[in-house]
Order: sequence, then C-alpha cells, then structure tokens
Amino acid sequence: MAAVLVALLCLLPLVVVLAKALEAGAGEAFSLVWRPRVGELMRNTLSLLALTGVLATVLGVGAAWLVERTAVPWAGLWRVAFVAPLAVPAFVNSFAWSSLVPGFEGLAGAVIVTTLSYFPFVFLPVAALLRSTDPGLEEASRALGNGPWRTFARVGLAQVRPALLGGVLLVLLHLLAEYGALEMLRFPTFTTAILDQFEVAFDSRSGSVLAVVLIGLATLLLTLEVLARGRTRYVAVGSGAARRPTRASLGRALPAALLGLAALAVLALGVPLWSIGTWLGRADQALEPVALGPALRSTLVLGLVAALVTTAATLPAAWLVARSRSRVALLLERVTYLAASLPGVVVALALITLTIGFARPLYQTTTALVVAYVVLFIPLAMVSTRAAIATVRPELADAARALGDGPVRTFVRVQAPLMLRGTLAGTALVFVAVTTELTATLLLAPTGTRTLATAFWDASASLDYAAAAPFAAAMVVLSAPLTWLLLRGGHEEPRP
Amino acid sequence: MRRRTTLIAAAVAAATLGLSACGDGSLEATGDLDGSKLTIYSAQHKNLTQAWGEEFQKETGIDVQIRYGNDSSMGAQIVEEGAGSPADVFLTENSPAMTTVEQAGLLAPVDPATLAQVGDAYVPSSKDWVGIAARATVLVYNPSKIKEADLPASLMDLADPKYAGQWGAAAGGADFQAIVSAVLAQEGEQKTEAWLRALKSNAKIYQNNIATMKAVNAGQSAMGIIYHYYWYRDQALQKSSSGNTKLHYFKNQDPGAFVSLSGGGVLKSSKHAADAQKFLAFVTGPQGQKLLRTTDVKEYAVGKGAASDPALPPLDSLEAPRIDPFTLNGPKVIDLMTKAGLL
Repeated sequence: MAAVLVALLCLLPLVVVLAKALEAGAGEAFSLVWRPRVGELMRNTLSLLALTGVLATVLGVGAAWLVERTAVPWAGLWRVAFVAPLAVPAFVNSFAWSSLVPGFEGLAGAVIVTTLSYFPFVFLPVAALLRSTDPGLEEASRALGNGPWRTFARVGLAQVRPALLGGVLLVLLHLLAEYGALEMLRFPTFTTAILDQFEVAFDSRSGSVLAVVLIGLATLLLTLEVLARGRTRYVAVGSGAARRPTRASLGRALPAALLGLAALAVLALGVPLWSIGTWLGRADQALEPVALGPALRSTLVLGLVAALVTTAATLPAAWLVARSRSRVALLLERVTYLAASLPGVVVALALITLTIGFARPLYQTTTALVVAYVVLFIPLAMVSTRAAIATVRPELADAARALGDGPVRTFVRVQAPLMLRGTLAGTALVFVAVTTELTATLLLAPTGTRTLATAFWDASASLDYAAAAPFAAAMVVLSAPLTWLLLRGGHEEPRP
Repeated sequence: MRRRTTLIAAAVAAATLGLSACGDGSLEATGDLDGSKLTIYSAQHKNLTQAWGEEFQKETGIDVQIRYGNDSSMGAQIVEEGAGSPADVFLTENSPAMTTVEQAGLLAPVDPATLAQVGDAYVPSSKDWVGIAARATVLVYNPSKIKEADLPASLMDLADPKYAGQWGAAAGGADFQAIVSAVLAQEGEQKTEAWLRALKSNAKIYQNNIATMKAVNAGQSAMGIIYHYYWYRDQALQKSSSGNTKLHYFKNQDPGAFVSLSGGGVLKSSKHAADAQKFLAFVTGPQGQKLLRTTDVKEYAVGKGAASDPALPPLDSLEAPRIDPFTLNGPKVIDLMTKAGLL
C-alpha cells in the first residue's frame, strides 16, 4: 500500500504537467510547440545529446579499457580521478571554465563542459564490468586468431554493452535536465527555455507545453535504450574462471596512453579545482558579501531531511521489489524510475501548479521542496536499499523466528542491522544529490531560503566569480564522499 | 564493514551538529513565511530593498520579511496567487509588471500623502501604485571595437545589418522587456516586430545586464543595451567590468533614451494594509529616497526635492521619450518576443 502511494506520488508531476499543457485544448498546445523557437531548441538539445553522448562514450570506454585492461601504471589513482568529477556539479564546472577562458560559450563550450562532467557515468559501470568479467572468452578469441583490438571490439564490448548503454542513458538524461551549466554558457535548450518562460510568466502554459516536449524526449531515450539492449543477450554459463583479466601490454603506446589519461584528469578535475581555488584566493574581489553560513545551514537541513524522508519512502517499495518478482512490484519500480528521468524543472513546475491550485497551505513551503527532492531522488535510494534488502536472506529471519523471536524483535535484531549499511549509503547518495540540486530549488525554495546551489547561482549570474567560489568549494567538499561511495562498488547510479 | 557504517553515521551526526548554529540578522525570511510580519515581494535589488526594510523596521518597529524575485515572474506569481497572496507590498524594477498586477485588480489605492511626495510624472492616473525610483536606458560600448562616430543614432538603427554580431542584450530579462515595451509604445507593433526579428539575428543574448556589460568590456561584443546604473556602480567600485567601456546616451526622445519607472504598490488582499501604506510612504519619503544615494545603487530618485547620486547626469538632461509609463504593455511584449523566437 505504502509502495503504491509512493509510486503515485512519483507519477503526479507527469499528470499535472500534461493537464496544464492541454488546459486550453490540443490546438493551442500545438501552436505553442510548432514555432521556430522550439525548432531551435530542439536542434540545440539534439546536437548536444549527440555530441556529448558520443564523446562521453569514447572517453568513458577508452579510459575504462586503459585503466582496467592494460598495463598502464597507477590504475587505482586513475580510477579515483575519473569518478571524482562527479563530485563537481556541472554548473560549477561551467563556472570554472567560463571564468578562466574568456568567450567560452555556445555549443562547443557546452559539449566540453558536459562531456567532462558526465563521462564518469560511462566510465564507472564499464570499468566495474571490465574489472570483473571472466577473461576466458577473450582468451578464446585471442586463441582463435583475433588481435587485441578485434577482441576488444567483438568480445569485450559485447560484454560491457548493457553497462555502457545504461551509462550513456544516464548521460543523456542528465543533459536533458541540465540548466545551470548551459544557461551560463549561453546555450539554450528545452530546460533553459522552460526556466526563461518561468521568468517571464511564472507558472505558464507555454512553459508546461515545453515541459511536455521534454518529457517526450526523456521517454524516447528510455525506449531507445530498451530497444538497443535488444533481444540478444550475453549469458555466462557457469561461474567462469575466477581470475583477473590479463592486462594488455601497451608497449610503445604507453607514454601516449599515460599522457591521454593525465590530460583527461587535468581537464575534468584539475581545471575546476584550480579555478575554484584561484577565485577563493581572490576573495577580496567579491562584489557582494559572502554569507556562507546561512546557505550552508539550510543546505544541510534540507539535505538531511530530504535524505531521511526519501529513505523512509523508499523502504516499502524496495522491500516489495527485492522480495517479490510479481508484475506489480516490477511496475512500481519502473514508475519510480520514470519519474526520476523527469528533469527537475518538470517536477518543480508540477508542484507549483498543484500547491497553488489545490494545496495552498503547502505553497512556497519547505515541505513542497522536500517532496520535490523525494520524487527526484527516490531511485538513488531505491538502488542501494533494494540491494541491501536482497542481502538479507529470508532464511536468517526464519531462523530467528524459529528460535522464538517475534517479528519486531527479528527485524530489530536480524534484518535491520544487515540492511543498515546499504540503506545508509542510499541516504548519503540522496543527501549529496540534494546539496547540489539547482533547478527545482530555484523554483520551489520558500521565501529567503538560500541553498549553496542557489547562492552560488546568484553570484555567478552577476559574474561575481570571487563571491561564487566559496559556495562552489562548499558543494565540492560536501560531494566528495560521493566518489568514495561510488568507488566502493555495488552502488552505481541507478539505471532508469 | 563496521568501520564504514560508523563513518557514515559520523558524517550524518556532523551534519546535524552543523545545523545548531544560530540565525543571522538578515530580514530575509528563512523557511516558511511568518504571517504576522509585513511581507514584501521585491523584484528590486537586494541591497536596496534590504536597506529600505532595515531602516523602516528601525524607524517604526514593524517587522518586515522580504521575498526576492524578478519583475515578470513575481508579477505573474501575484496574479496567480490572487486574493490569497501572502504579499503585502510589491516593489518592481520596471512598471510593466506592476501594471500586470494592477490590471488584475489586485492593488489598493495608495495614500494621497504618499503620492504627494513624488513628482506628478511618477504617479499613474489610477493612483493604485507609486514610482519609487527610475533608471535610464544606455548603450555601453567598447571604443576599441567601435568608434564613437560609428555608433547608431537611434536604438532602432541597431536592426541595421551593418551592426550584426556587434551588440548584445539580456533579452530574457524584465529590464530589456521594459525597453521593448517603450519601443512598442513609441514605434507601434509592426516596427517593433521587425526590430525584434533583427535583434534575434543581429544580437548576442546574454543572461543579464552585467553579463552584457562584461562582454562589451572584454571586447566580445562591441555594444550592449543596459540600464545606466550597472555601469556607474562598477565605475564607482573597481571598474573591473566596465573599465574599457563608455556610455552612449541616445537622447533626442529616442526609444533608446527610455527612462523606466520602478514602482511600489500595496496589495488589496493585504492583512497589514496600514503598515504596508506606511512602508510606501517611507520609501518615497526623504529617508527612503536618500537610501537610493547612500546605498550606491545609482538609481535615480523620484521624490520631490530628493537628490540623485551626483555622479549621474541629471534625469532631465536625458531627453527621454514622452511615454506614459502606466500603459506599457508587458504581456504584449512577451507575446511579440515569443513570436520573434526570443523566448
């Protein structure tokens, strides 16, 4: 029951936005879609998806292969370096680049920043898979006369395909939802245009119509991913050889490979950190006084509350999904994922429409903002929590019951302790996500509530880089444990 | 494994501890609105509104809380909130957003004594709101990119293909939209549409006035349409965003010489109507108008006998077009800009 309620809550934004867009009839909605500006936004959005999608794939897979499958030194170091960029929010990265390089903007700027921010989504799952797969198949391929490249292309890639597709999908969904990074680089897409509409007309129909187009694009991506996975499956029969894959010797290509990896690390991690550091050092140039304390405080409160509520909301559904393979359970899981692929701006618009029209006491309150975070980040908690529940074998609970413990005592003494770690990891992921959320927070924050992200945004919108830097640094510090959580494995970003 | 759990728990505990610090002295409401305080929806600059609020609170003992936003968004928001709006006072940077709220029938008449404090030119015939400050349109340019002699004689000339790629504006912002509403009032719909189409193909669109000015300063754009005070404020500080630029006033009753009026109004639905009226009286009175000068916002004062910042050229020397600020049409402008593909 609770699980169904949570799923319904996740579906609500979708319904509300659709209803608002069609309020004045399909004809008017159509005329709002069918205009040159939307064509331009579509071109921009699609070129960004295509270019960043390809580049992130190439960089992510290439780096993963070099790190996991070749004899390149310092693999552990590279692994950290290529996951750590996830701790730098894309809009902070955008600030880092555009404050260093004058005239850094437009499609080229957008592609560079988003690629460097999002390629870890591809690197992480692909590297994890390359590290753990059975080397036997590739050895067989080599034995049958295929060279190392051919083997990688025909066998290795086939093995990593599901992970790769999942990673690319995440990159593309993030691109659809990205606001701050692109707005700063003067590159309009659907999401930035929806925010523009909000600026001129608050909760307007034209904004909702654009949001429907955005939902359409997200749904299309989800469908394409399912189709691309296709019917062919990679199945391992038996447990395979329990060995680490052999690492290819790079020979004379080693210096080039090292140089490439170092360059990627410098661009993705070095540039933002150096840029933030530089601006921190110029604090005296800040035009507006920097009030880090209040922003940090409200960010921590919001993050903590939202993380706890999200975890609590996730538990029933996660329990159901982990324990039952029924169609209903599966459907519930998919629904929560669908909501998560909705960009933050859509969820925020829906909540404004809802609270202003039907739930006035909640309008402009912290509660509404927390609800938005819950809807947006349930999948983050879902993946970890479900995995955690799956590790609690029913036999253990049965044993406790057989030994005379009641259901409550069994839960407290047996199940809860076993689930704790994974569940807390999920909670931490949500906390980090909330601390760097910009789009929904901009629209929903109650009067006077400034988070690190919105305070950073205010300062950087005035190009007051020195005033923005402390907020950027605080967000990076708060997000840093993310690297550790993700590298620990088993808690990859969810695949919608 | 146990150690990791402890680490996470420690992180959570540390985060909780960080929350126990106490509040700061800002008037900005934190969290949910407090119905007992005078609530100001302000699209005006933060430092100015904050100064008005603080001084007013000190003077009268009336507690004030402020919600910040932008003209158009906040105007539309108040209309959407309707009679249930939590706002008592609305302050804008430009008049069109105020007109939107006025036309929705949500404003209460302003006290005659308050209206008498400002010049007649700053009071709408409806007497439902009052001018609180003014700002002038300027062309900021970079002399190393374009010679003074080559500057356009009129704002309308920027549509000329010879200026393509040479100028920028923050088309998404309410400031620029107010300027467009002046173009519309003076030149009519057809010319405005053509001008907006040219803008779409000729101009670089920036996030806001500051970004526009910085781009001109850095030579990425030769010219930019902004309001005067961004430039004067930066000149008074480190000139880091305007050191390489100069201002060009169109004058000559050109739409580009448009002076935009910032407004203040009291909501009909206000539960603190008397306090709200007092606040408007304070803002338009000698103390409130003096803050325009002392807070370095560099906006023009509109109060009778109130002096503006001495660094600014006198308001009556700008040869502004005679446009009734009370009929400027916000929704029509947004409609035209949407048609031109700017929004």
